Amino acid sequence: MNSIILLSVLGLGNLFLGFRRSNRLLLPVMMLILGLVLTVNFLDWGTSESFFHGMLTIDNFSVAFTGIVLLTALVLIPFSQKYVLDGESNLAEYYSLLLFSLVGAIMLVSYNHLLMLFLGIEILSVAMYVLAGSDKRNLRSNEAALKYFLMGAFFTGILLFGMALLYGATGTFVLSEISFAVQNPAPGFESLKPMLYIGMLLMLIGIGFKVSAAPFHFWTPDVYEGTPTFFAAFMSTIVKTAGFAAFLKLLVQAFPAANAQGIWLPTLTAMCVLTLLIGNVGAVAQTSIKRMLAYSSISHAGYLLIALVAYNGQLEGASANGILFYSLAYSVATVAAFGVVKLVADARMREDYNGLNGLAKTNPLLAFSLTVSMLSLAGIPLTGGFFGKFFVFSAAVENGYIGLVVFAVVMSMVSIYYYLRPIIAMYMRDIDAETAEAVPVTTFQAGALLLLVALTVLLGVLPGLVAGAL
Amino acid sequence: MLTVLLLLWPVAAALLLHFFKGRAARVPALGAALVEFALAAYAAFTFNTNNSGQFSFDLNWIPSAGIQFAVGMDGLSLLLVLLTAVLVPVILLSAFRRNFENESVFYALVLFMQTGLVGVFTAQDAFLFYFMWEVALIPIYFLAGVWGGVNRARVTFKFFLYTIIGSLFMLAGFVYLYFQTGPAADGLSAHNSALASFYALNLPVETQIWVFWLIFAAFAVKMPIFPFHTWQPDTYTEAPAPATMLLSGIMLKMGIYGCMRWLLPVVPAGTDYWQNLVLILAIIGIIYGAIIAIRQQDVKRLIAYSSLSHVGLMIAGVFSLTQMGLQGAAIQMLAHGVNVVGMFFIADAIERRTGTRHIADLGGLTRKAPVLTVCFLVLLLGTVALPLTNGFVGEFLLLAGVYQFNHWMGAVAGVTIILGAVYLLRMFQRVMLGPDSSFTETFTDLTGSELALLVPLIVLVFWIGLFPNTFLHLSEGSVMNILNEVVKR
Repeated sequence: MNSIILLSVLGLGNLFLGFRRSNRLLLPVMMLILGLVLTVNFLDWGTSESFFHGMLTIDNFSVAFTGIVLLTALVLIPFSQKYVLDGESNLAEYYSLLLFSLVGAIMLVSYNHLLMLFLGIEILSVAMYVLAGSDKRNLRSNEAALKYFLMGAFFTGILLFGMALLYGATGTFVLSEISFAVQNPAPGFESLKPMLYIGMLLMLIGIGFKVSAAPFHFWTPDVYEGTPTFFAAFMSTIVKTAGFAAFLKLLVQAFPAANAQGIWLPTLTAMCVLTLLIGNVGAVAQTSIKRMLAYSSISHAGYLLIALVAYNGQLEGASANGILFYSLAYSVATVAAFGVVKLVADARMREDYNGLNGLAKTNPLLAFSLTVSMLSLAGIPLTGGFFGKFFVFSAAVENGYIGLVVFAVVMSMVSIYYYLRPIIAMYMRDIDAETAEAVPVTTFQAGALLLLVALTVLLGVLPGLVAGAL
Repeated sequence: MLTVLLLLWPVAAALLLHFFKGRAARVPALGAALVEFALAAYAAFTFNTNNSGQFSFDLNWIPSAGIQFAVGMDGLSLLLVLLTAVLVPVILLSAFRRNFENESVFYALVLFMQTGLVGVFTAQDAFLFYFMWEVALIPIYFLAGVWGGVNRARVTFKFFLYTIIGSLFMLAGFVYLYFQTGPAADGLSAHNSALASFYALNLPVETQIWVFWLIFAAFAVKMPIFPFHTWQPDTYTEAPAPATMLLSGIMLKMGIYGCMRWLLPVVPAGTDYWQNLVLILAIIGIIYGAIIAIRQQDVKRLIAYSSLSHVGLMIAGVFSLTQMGLQGAAIQMLAHGVNVVGMFFIADAIERRTGTRHIADLGGLTRKAPVLTVCFLVLLLGTVALPLTNGFVGEFLLLAGVYQFNHWMGAVAGVTIILGAVYLLRMFQRVMLGPDSSFTETFTDLTGSELALLVPLIVLVFWIGLFPNTFLHLSEGSVMNILNEVVKR
């Protein structure tokens, strides 16, 4: 709870720095704020407290996911330094919007009441709609913002409609009460069942859109491509982590009953298979790295969906731990990937694979960081991504989803193809005239990249630090 | 604890190498490899040949999943750790002959790979084994891909994809077996992945029949066994000489060792079921590799195909499931490692001096380089398996093992010795004898440091050839243990 309050207050404070036009101060201040909130967040570890008449609960689950979200934001912020150097006049507003969107993310990982779920998604999304269009003179950024907003608004409507139907069927918005109502049907409940099931499905669709699960993924490549890379990184990590935590909470706390499972489990399994297929096969065909990363983020939504399908009935089980570990490893690797791609794209003005040619010679650090992050996303051992996949797949095998895991393993074989392409470009292709100059990297950025590499390897060598924390 | 030191020292040294730039990294890199050798030698001297696991170390790696960081060595592991420790300094020395870009990174990767190799040979936990298996892959991919020949990007990509897909199958197999095991010793997890628990599994035959292929996929690609070998000749040819030595001298032994430790005793009934098929594939590989080697015009490719042929015999020996076959494979792993590294070094020495590996371009080196000729001949005869050399002991035992299993198979596999003599002596004749060519006019003999590199290898050729018992004695107990596990059920 403290982190929500702190973020809101300091986000407002941040705006005042913008009035003073003190751009230079903004970056260190942002990092201080996020570092502070991250520390405060972990003070709540081991406690379990409810707020607003039980609408929000801060427990280990929410603290852990809040930690991932804040850490991701903290290591991502240095890659916005170009805005500071260019004297971007709206920087304070961007930063404040980011802080507010984090509040939304925290609400998503700690809600107990569907109203909070809705508010969290809206707070998170509205900030993202604005930031997607922040490069306002770029046609593609405008397109991205419009697409994201129109589609987002539409799916929010569907989500809301689902909630309304659910309320109609069960008479409550509280997760545990929904679960109780489904498990102990009141007289006359039988006739309300279609309402319940349709409500449930509409909610799955609404959240599925936010985490870019197929077949509700169509916006992802276009929006990622048009959105300024820095904010695209934000979308593909923080929105996804918070979205999946919310998804898990919904399924575990509201719909654990067998008859509810009968509806959402096949739906989710189908979504999962489709997402894995579209994400991985789509990524193979891309020539732009940003679009490849967009499809890669779709495919990782697929792997995370496996953990949801294989959940075993509680917020502390193998499935929740799998999602926790996977989100952390995925976020860390994705931030590094987007960070390097942004730096290279800013300097060389291109986002295709050939823009990376010879990067190992001009910028060994960037090349190394991107390599580690690609290996992690591909799930190669020594990196966190391997254990992320390992835990998720084991949870699924343990619960008998062997066919699904076989399919996912085949898909991750496909993914090796496109994750190796940047590595080959950087290390095995020669420098050409356009890529001969070193890409400028500031100290903050180099530090952030080193931290990300260290984290990825640490997760890959000593997974016990995070695995089984919940 | 010694095993942990053997594991961590190379990777620590690799990290420290970053403080040295360019040529300055040579001495520390070699020093680190020699320290590792000293550690391995110490382990060999203090090793008790009673052959249960020794120098064991156990740490709860991922408590929530019952996965242990468990390492230890029995005779077989020790033999391969020794091979690694001997060959890595030699390989580093050979790398000093070439001026690679970013030398310090090159040496760091070689040392890093050594950690992976030692890890594979000492792991006592299935997931640790898999982990180390991939740790050994990543550095060799970059060694071959960054410093390799013109087609390196395409060729190493194929290599990486082949091996990683193979090992993903193995991982799938391990995960399946893992869920069949009982709870971990500390009770924190419902399953565990210790080697002993895998041995204790008594799976139904029908299950073992398909689990066999999951695990065998990784080993089949790595060794490689026909028809999974298509990545091998290209990769050996395109990779820089030191990387080729690592691949052929040590890395392919990971596959054979894997079969002996993680396949035969884990799925004995599955092995029994597929024994004939694997033997036939291995024997096809022996003949196929040899026949193609005869047709080769490139020295490196010829050695690559000869390696394919020799590996086939080792696989046949292992799958004969006889004591002689397994013992033969153990000692032949050593012998082949020594010989093939020496041969690739000589091929590289010739290429550095003449700028060509094409057999037709060479000739008449004997007169200009008598020392090189002698070294080449010794290594070559070792590879041909002449009595008194290291190759003889291994191939004799291997053939005896296969013969014991099936006379006809033994007879066909025996052709390997004849064909091996054909292509190797043919190459020797055309490269070393005959008239000079325009490429070899200014040829110079081996330098002192090159000779210093070859001497230990030549000593090993004769040592293993004359006193094989030094090494056979080491592995005997472990081979018996493995066979007992296989026969038990």
